[in-house]
Amino acid sequence: MGMPQIAGKTGTGGRRLGEWLIERGLQICGLFAIVFVLLIFAFLLRDALPVLREAGVSDLLRGERWSPTADPPQFGLLPLLLGSLYVTVGALLLAVPLGVACAIFVAEVAPPRVREVLKPVVELLAAIPSVVFGFLGLVLIGPWIADRLNLPIGQFAALGSLILAFMAMPTIVSVAEDAIRAVPRAYRENSLALGATHWQTIVRVVVPAARSGVIAGVLLGLGRAIGETMTVLMVTGNAAVIPHGLAGFLRPVRTMTATIAAEMGETAYQTPHYHALFAIGVLLFIITFLINTVADIAVRRQPGVKR
Amino acid sequence: MSAASNDDRIVRPEAEIKLETRGLNMYYGQTLALKDVAVAIPSRHITALIGPSGCGKSSFLRCLNRMNDEIQGTRIEGEVLLDGHSVYDNRIDLAQLRRQVGMVFQQPNPFPMSIYDNVAYGPRLHGQRERAELDGIVEASIRGAALWDEVKDKLRASALDLSGGQQQRLCIARVLAVEPEVVLMDEPCSALDPTATFRIEELMLELMERYTIVIVTHNMYQASRVSQYTGFFLMGELVEYGPTPGLFENPKDPRTDDYVRGRFG
Amino acid sequence: MIGARATGARLTQSFAFLLLWLAAAAVVVPILGIIGLMVVWGAKALTWDLLTAATGGLLPAIVGTAYLALLTALLAAPVGIGAAVYLSEYARPGPLVRLVRLAIVNLAGVPSVVYGLFGLALFVMLLGFGRSLLAGACTLALLVLPLVITASEEALRQVPPGLRQASLALGATRWQTVRRVVLPNSLPGIITGLILSIGRAAGETAPILFTAAFYSLSDPYPKSPLDEVLALPYQLFVMATEAPDVAEGTKWATALVLLAVVLFLNLGAIVVRARLRRGQRW
Repeated sequence: MGMPQIAGKTGTGGRRLGEWLIERGLQICGLFAIVFVLLIFAFLLRDALPVLREAGVSDLLRGERWSPTADPPQFGLLPLLLGSLYVTVGALLLAVPLGVACAIFVAEVAPPRVREVLKPVVELLAAIPSVVFGFLGLVLIGPWIADRLNLPIGQFAALGSLILAFMAMPTIVSVAEDAIRAVPRAYRENSLALGATHWQTIVRVVVPAARSGVIAGVLLGLGRAIGETMTVLMVTGNAAVIPHGLAGFLRPVRTMTATIAAEMGETAYQTPHYHALFAIGVLLFIITFLINTVADIAVRRQPGVKR
Repeated sequence: MSAASNDDRIVRPEAEIKLETRGLNMYYGQTLALKDVAVAIPSRHITALIGPSGCGKSSFLRCLNRMNDEIQGTRIEGEVLLDGHSVYDNRIDLAQLRRQVGMVFQQPNPFPMSIYDNVAYGPRLHGQRERAELDGIVEASIRGAALWDEVKDKLRASALDLSGGQQQRLCIARVLAVEPEVVLMDEPCSALDPTATFRIEELMLELMERYTIVIVTHNMYQASRVSQYTGFFLMGELVEYGPTPGLFENPKDPRTDDYVRGRFG
Repeated sequence: MIGARATGARLTQSFAFLLLWLAAAAVVVPILGIIGLMVVWGAKALTWDLLTAATGGLLPAIVGTAYLALLTALLAAPVGIGAAVYLSEYARPGPLVRLVRLAIVNLAGVPSVVYGLFGLALFVMLLGFGRSLLAGACTLALLVLPLVITASEEALRQVPPGLRQASLALGATRWQTVRRVVLPNSLPGIITGLILSIGRAAGETAPILFTAAFYSLSDPYPKSPLDEVLALPYQLFVMATEAPDVAEGTKWATALVLLAVVLFLNLGAIVVRARLRRGQRW
């Protein structure tokens, strides 16, 4: 096999072109992600615009009645916003302590055999479809609690919070655990060498060092909770009323997500109701976009996490 | 240092020159990693490049087959010539260059494939499909790497089952299969035990008959054992270059003297 | 002095660790308990008839879910794997790549019902697919895209850089290196990601609410991608919330079947990954 000369032979040009085309094609695949995000926002906005223009954004946000079927129809988002807020905050109140505790447990305290049981169980939790959670809440857990607490109906905000907490937990646990593991061993060793107990090391050195990652995990869990649809649709009662005080937790509410899911099916195309539902979609998109972007920044601040 | 002394410290070999650099500067981002390196590497000899860690000898090696192009932010000035033609010419087919100037790495890195497929990888890349031809190339290359007797009955076995020394010889066979003219070796023995090292040094002396070999090594004794020409790098600069015996016994530069006497590095 | 403080610290630690154990138990016990309940009650009502009957049975929904999930994976795989290859093998660090990664993180965080809205606006309406298997699968494909990209990229990164170097040094082009060395060796991880995304798609309801799913159809099996389709998650949803005359047992059985399908896929992915990782050597 004689060796061809160095300087370009024909065939070189063809191969270079082929390589260039392949690289462009792959780059386009990568850019699809950006394109889709923009496209989603654009389509949501497009179909929300009529109601945004007509009713005005701040009026929509502060409107206190959501009655699309009334005459004239009322599209106040406040009940829905508050509904989502109640359910989500309640969920985080349970999920954050439990989730962070689990993360610490798995990363620092659990013996290997326990870890081997716990991790799959948490992954299992993450895999359960939301409609199954909703089913369990609606048919089993809700009535049980309502029975115990003498509530009129087995669907209320706190039930949503309870179940959402378990749905958001795997996210919190996994991200926080990664962050805790990523803390360099030297930090721990130095602390222990100075006479600190394991627990003192965890609280004073490890968790603070993993702070950004833990926060990122909580934020991602928050995003998960806000965006959850089927579960809240099935267990929070679907009453678009403004919840009041702590008692509001034990009454039915409506979240933004549940509203879209419940009403879109019966809404005619391009009616004001249709546009209003898309407006809720825009709001949801913006909220989760902000949460996710902040979470991403927080994760990047965490040294050593391979995300 | 005046120009006259410069010429003294960098010798131009009498033999036919295969690779040559002139005024080679290499940048990693803003840092100057190689300073004004000018050297002529003789054909069908073994040239060794020695020097302390981080002195730039590996970077220099990687300029010769443009593997530095794969690293973000590297840039060169000056010339690198193969048989008198510039290697950094825009019209150069990179793949072709790397066939002519092959490379063996420090860590043996056989592909997770059979021994046969490892060696056949290169020829197959360049379009060779005929079974009989491939068989011939594979055998010739593995023989050329002094590995045939050990693997001839298990060509289909995974390359990862071989010992470290065998894997490195397999990597050499893999390079030989694309029929290079130059074989660059970046510390080929530093991950191997003494016996394996010895066998590879023997192999190098055999290969010298047909290929130009440039080897980077941190082991001075290895350099003095196998090479005919040696270059000493220090902090990105080629301090001295000349026939091996002369460089070790009678270095012209005091820094070379310090290094070969083990006063640092 | 030192002794007293040390004992205090030890006491705090024991107490704290006890709390941690309780937290772990508080998470594990309810899950396992509820799943156990589901298995027991669901299994009681799960007759072979229920599973396989075409009308009134679950088979059409199972088939519909299978079609949806597989078509989803088929649509998401090329773009997802392509994007992963780009990010792992070609992309140069810079603002564009950072934007891409930010976009992926955001796609992963978009609420599933918002995907449903988007699918409705784009696939059902604008592109005219109507409520169909195709519209549903396209919507789900977008939903699982981040998952495919992330899993594939991780698989690609596992391949040691030395192998790429060796290939390039032999005169291979970047694409040849990817095609012959990197991709074949990252296939297990990529396949795992695809199986996980199939599992995810099988369990989602909100994206298919307005884009694909029906509760009962005169012709329960889709003949073309533009036909409507039944899906397990939607069946469960309607049974639990609206359908008037569905037996309690049937609902539990449906929930069990859905859970079993999803968990089977997830487990399968984990097993595949573990098996292939053990066999993988560099």
